[in-house]
Amino acid sequence: MSESNGALIEMKGISKVYDTGKLQVEALTGIDLTVREREFVSIVGPSGSGKSTLLNIIGCLDTPTDGSYRLGGEEVAGFGGDRLADVRNRKIGFIFQSFNLLPQITAYDNVELPLLFKGTSARERKRRVEDLFERVGLADRMAHKPTELSGGQMQRVAIARALACDPDLILADEPTGNLDSNSGADILHVFQDLAEAGNTLLVITHDNAIAQRTERMVTLQDGRITGDGPV
Amino acid sequence: MRLGLIFKLFRSAASIQRKRMILTVTAIAWGTISIVLLLSFGEGLKHTLTAGSTGLGEGIAICWPGETQKAFRGFPAGREINVLPEDADLLTQNIPEMEAASGEMQTWGAQLSYGRQNLNKRVVGVHPQWGKLRNQVPESGGRFLNQLDHDLKRRVAFLGWEIKQDLFGDEPAVGKTFTINRVPFTVIGVMKDKIQMGTYGGPDKNNTVIPISTFEALLGRRYVNVMVWKPRTPELMEHTKRRFYEVLGAKYRFDPTDERAIGIWDTVESQRMTANMSVGIEIFLGIIGALTLLIGGVGVANIMYAAITHRTREIGVLMAIGARKSYVMGPLVVESLALTFLGGIIGIGIGGALVQGLAYLQQNAQSEAMEFLGTPTFSLPVAATTVLLLGTIGFIAGYFPSRRAVSIQPAEVLRYE
Repeated sequence: MSESNGALIEMKGISKVYDTGKLQVEALTGIDLTVREREFVSIVGPSGSGKSTLLNIIGCLDTPTDGSYRLGGEEVAGFGGDRLADVRNRKIGFIFQSFNLLPQITAYDNVELPLLFKGTSARERKRRVEDLFERVGLADRMAHKPTELSGGQMQRVAIARALACDPDLILADEPTGNLDSNSGADILHVFQDLAEAGNTLLVITHDNAIAQRTERMVTLQDGRITGDGPV
Repeated sequence: MRLGLIFKLFRSAASIQRKRMILTVTAIAWGTISIVLLLSFGEGLKHTLTAGSTGLGEGIAICWPGETQKAFRGFPAGREINVLPEDADLLTQNIPEMEAASGEMQTWGAQLSYGRQNLNKRVVGVHPQWGKLRNQVPESGGRFLNQLDHDLKRRVAFLGWEIKQDLFGDEPAVGKTFTINRVPFTVIGVMKDKIQMGTYGGPDKNNTVIPISTFEALLGRRYVNVMVWKPRTPELMEHTKRRFYEVLGAKYRFDPTDERAIGIWDTVESQRMTANMSVGIEIFLGIIGALTLLIGGVGVANIMYAAITHRTREIGVLMAIGARKSYVMGPLVVESLALTFLGGIIGIGIGGALVQGLAYLQQNAQSEAMEFLGTPTFSLPVAATTVLLLGTIGFIAGYFPSRRAVSIQPAEVLRYE
């Protein structure tokens, strides 16, 4: 699926500058980061350190101001518009702190959307979505609207959605930030299962308990990587 | 698949802003009603103008024998030219391009009597061809003069509807006998009501029309006052005019370029002007209507803009899970078009009903101003114009705000809390 050295993410000299008109804010400076397949990485650091910006760039939700970003051996830093949309659709599963499910449609439809965008056939979509709900343990909640679910259940639907297109890379931005401790522990189990199943995961967290469960911890401070090593 | 996707997204995009939607649909409906009414009245007015300008006759030439202006073959200028009724036949025999010709003799002070009614009115004597040339359509149960009336110099008359009303009131006139200068005449037909904008001598509704042969015998006339003729097509008018001067110039010995010898009123020209005028009026009304509809369009653009701002986060989510720009914009543009067309259908429905109602009122009104305004007509071009305008407005109102929304980075959109 990627290059022979097994590097899924290769970032060199990535920087991100927000131009607010009068003021230029440097959110990331000279980020070099390599993540191999099947790694389970946590990104930690104080708020404002650039964690979310880094994750957004890794997840192709944002583009770097400067630097090179190869995802699965493909340079995506220069991509725009629909090409980037396809990368997000096929290679990346994103899990947000506030779940970001569409409230007007059912949990089933939410999970089906990425498959619709990908162009999967109707029969395959049905099989895949039902299978995903089985995996996150919500087979009996498929027909519910997100507002009818608890926080932990919503996050599990969001995980199912992130996994829909069988992504190379799963990204999570504070996935337990909006959950009580029980639900948070639940979600953490799901992540561990995913890691054990051989997925590549990057998780931003404040929670030491989560960071401790990962294999590698990247620390950010003022837009620079100040620490990177096994937990 | 793609269609299903669009609808699935559309369902997710269906917004909660009911009140604003209702206001917008109302604005579009209002604009549509305005444009339907304006264009329909424009259409009605055009019909009136067209019918009115052809009421006198379609593409005819009306000629008055006059005095020569140029000296010709030893004759001095200022010679009076007199034309005989037989010249109508001479003209059609010599000019193949001429479809029909008729002489017309007029008298202004004839005395018409029926029962106790006594009127001093206009009487004209004409050839049978005159009826078609001058658009004399009989009401049912009657007819216009025919060749036999002419050949036998019958004492028969065709009446304008107003003179019929003056003489006979509400009772049927066909078959009745009245007198012209104390000579009995039988009514053979009454002219149907028509809109007539151009006249010479007076409107046709006040005419009493008799065969020209009878007229000659009754009043001892020899020469026609007017000659009416028509080319086979309006394009042949100029050519036929030239031939007309050549044929009569040869007979009466005047210069064929002497247009004062016989004056011609060419109605083809004036009818073209009327047609241009009515197109001008339609364009004017159409612009006013389009501007009104545009106000509704601004409303749609406003609601789409607000709705898209409202859904910024959802758009970000869709983009984050891999929606291409068109997948997001498609449903939004469809929604904008749907709102516009919903308003448009309501507007066309109400506008069409109003047009029908007004047409009914107008047909039953006695006012001449209303009659001239014409029957408002909701025609296919009116509908097509409206639909085209609505489509354009709906598309623009949906396209631009949604394009703006999808050209922002998803990370930026998702930051909105």
